[in-house]
Amino acid sequence: MNAVIRLPRRTLGRLSVPKVTLAHGGGGKAMKDLIDDVFVAAFDNPLLGPLEDQARLDLSALAALGDRLAMTTDGYVVDPLFFPGGDIGKLAVCGTVNDLAVGGAVPLYLSCAVVIEEGMAVEDLRIIARSMAEAARAAKVAIVTGDTKVVPHGACDKIFITTTGIGVIRQGIEVGAHRARPGDVILVNGRLGDHGAAILCARGDMALESPVESDCAALHGLIGNLLAAVPDTRFLRDATRGGLATVLNELAAASDVAIEIEEQATPIAEGVRGFCEILGLDPLYLANEGKIVIAVAPEDADRALAALRAHPLGRQACAIGRVVAGEGGRVTMNTSFGGQRIVDMLVGEQLPRIC
Amino acid sequence: MKFVDEFRDRDKAEALIREIAKVAAEIQDHRPGPINIMEVCGGHTHSIFRYGLEGMLPKATELIHGPGCPVCVLPMGRVDDCIAIAEQPDVIFTTFGDAMRVPGSAKSLLQAKADGADVRMVYSPMDALALARRHPERQVVFFALGFETTMPSTALTILQAEAEGVGNFSVFCNHITIVPTIKAILDSPDLQLDGFLGPGHVSMVTGTAPYQFIARHYRRPLVVAGFEPLDILQSIWMVLKQIRDGRAEVENQYARIVPEAGNAAALAAVGRVYELREFFEWRGLGSIDHSGVRLRPAYARFDAERRFTLPNVTIADPLACQCGEVLKGVIKPWQCKMFGTACNPETPLGALMVSSEGACAAHYQYGGIQRQRGVA
Repeated sequence: MNAVIRLPRRTLGRLSVPKVTLAHGGGGKAMKDLIDDVFVAAFDNPLLGPLEDQARLDLSALAALGDRLAMTTDGYVVDPLFFPGGDIGKLAVCGTVNDLAVGGAVPLYLSCAVVIEEGMAVEDLRIIARSMAEAARAAKVAIVTGDTKVVPHGACDKIFITTTGIGVIRQGIEVGAHRARPGDVILVNGRLGDHGAAILCARGDMALESPVESDCAALHGLIGNLLAAVPDTRFLRDATRGGLATVLNELAAASDVAIEIEEQATPIAEGVRGFCEILGLDPLYLANEGKIVIAVAPEDADRALAALRAHPLGRQACAIGRVVAGEGGRVTMNTSFGGQRIVDMLVGEQLPRIC
Repeated sequence: MKFVDEFRDRDKAEALIREIAKVAAEIQDHRPGPINIMEVCGGHTHSIFRYGLEGMLPKATELIHGPGCPVCVLPMGRVDDCIAIAEQPDVIFTTFGDAMRVPGSAKSLLQAKADGADVRMVYSPMDALALARRHPERQVVFFALGFETTMPSTALTILQAEAEGVGNFSVFCNHITIVPTIKAILDSPDLQLDGFLGPGHVSMVTGTAPYQFIARHYRRPLVVAGFEPLDILQSIWMVLKQIRDGRAEVENQYARIVPEAGNAAALAAVGRVYELREFFEWRGLGSIDHSGVRLRPAYARFDAERRFTLPNVTIADPLACQCGEVLKGVIKPWQCKMFGTACNPETPLGALMVSSEGACAAHYQYGGIQRQRGVA
């Protein structure tokens, strides 16, 4: 992996204006200045440095790590750009790292394509790029190639970021949504719904204040712990848009099994519960950016929990339910009140109720 | 969580369920057959499904999910009117979130937004008024809907707009009132109801007096109920005890929120701003006399119905829809010919499939468990 083509450093361009204009997307000096000043300076790594049209990755180094490549891509359009617990930059790195990690892959390289709306403050752009760089460093991945476009006012909302990631899956790791079977235990690594609640609050249009912060984090370290302890982990998925409920429905459908969870065992922060009570939202459907849903064989459950809890991002890991025989695709929750309800897929977006 | 967890206590629930089963059995000793209790309010329906209450109740007690979901009973023609307003070029159209998805004859507000209309979700009519202040060059219209629960906040917003002299704010008034509709249901010849859970938050505004006719004239018990699961179980138990004892009274289980006389300030604002309409159309139930309100002539300049030209066309519910019969407890949601086939939450045909508070939408997601257990 370390066999990199090293080229002499060029002089980096500098930006001297406070706002991005269409000129910065024109392909000329202004664009070079923007890319150099904001992105190259922040992402600084030897694979990106040459600024060729592609990053060149050493095959033998990749092959030494495992027997399959994993590749994923994701677009980030979050509003607001900055929120308690993170920003769009951190999200764009952690989200793609997590999409690799839940496949059992060790994440290695990211690309970064940004679409910027003219008029965006250069300082905000710098903050976002630095945040991406910091998240990438912490996750030990390199942003090795990228693209920058500037579009007229109104053609996008401030900034859209797309990151593509490549990672390597170690031999013998086989996680998949089709592998759950009756008896398997469902685990999560901590409290659910923080990101969704934090974003809704940060938008400011409900005039609610909440101490809730986004849980945005790169989870491959935690997942590495888990897979080392339980290589035969059946299923892993990060519970992003659509929340826990959606992931469980996807798992139940793909494995043609039923899933039963316990409300009492499902961890939700007090602040998130209160927020949902006021607005008539269901925390099971709120997005997360640092939570995974896991299925393991019953005999592996204790080992999996211990491995998760040994990592800072898994201290509050717990079992929330199990896979059962029954109508394939059905997810139910035993309410702490003693009843039972269906936990279905959302039809559209979750909308606050009128009364 | 304080003020929440104590109303979701499992042990208390189990004790109440035992009591409910006991009283229901005593009733059935004298008269066999199901005991049909209608929860009028969509908020109750939502809680019943969210906590799985139906599955906990004895087989003899049947909950009939009533018409108290303002989003569900909104007729298609009114949604078309909304869209006609929203699609005017200078309009910002504001609405509560769950009204966005209600289908009109051609599209919903969500689809109109996708087509370019400036439709924005607000959490209070005051948010809409604030938008009007921020955009003096635009017409800001608030889509007012709901029962007496939301009527006062719309009224107070109009009074505020008047006091400030805001000229670019108006309200498309679809507020409805529940009492004439309960009466219409009670007058229906195929009625099979034995008692009611009365609406909690409507009663917080109106007090309990408006329901007295149900007890006196129709000899049916009504218990004003809160929305937490223990509230609902206790209210069911109170209704059953009345049936067992041959009483028909209005009782108030939700006394921590609902004063017997209602909220005088809210009622004053309502009386000042609105007048009753001759009739208003309800999806699934048809036209019901005096069941809606409009703005009084003194507030005409805040009335979107006068400010904009509206299609104002009545669009009949699809012929095969049996929402009315479900609402009256004559058939169960899944006994409707369209249930789960032509009519489902993604493409709702009838009123009750529209909102998560609608009986059919709730049954679509939950009913399978009930039927499997043979409860229904």
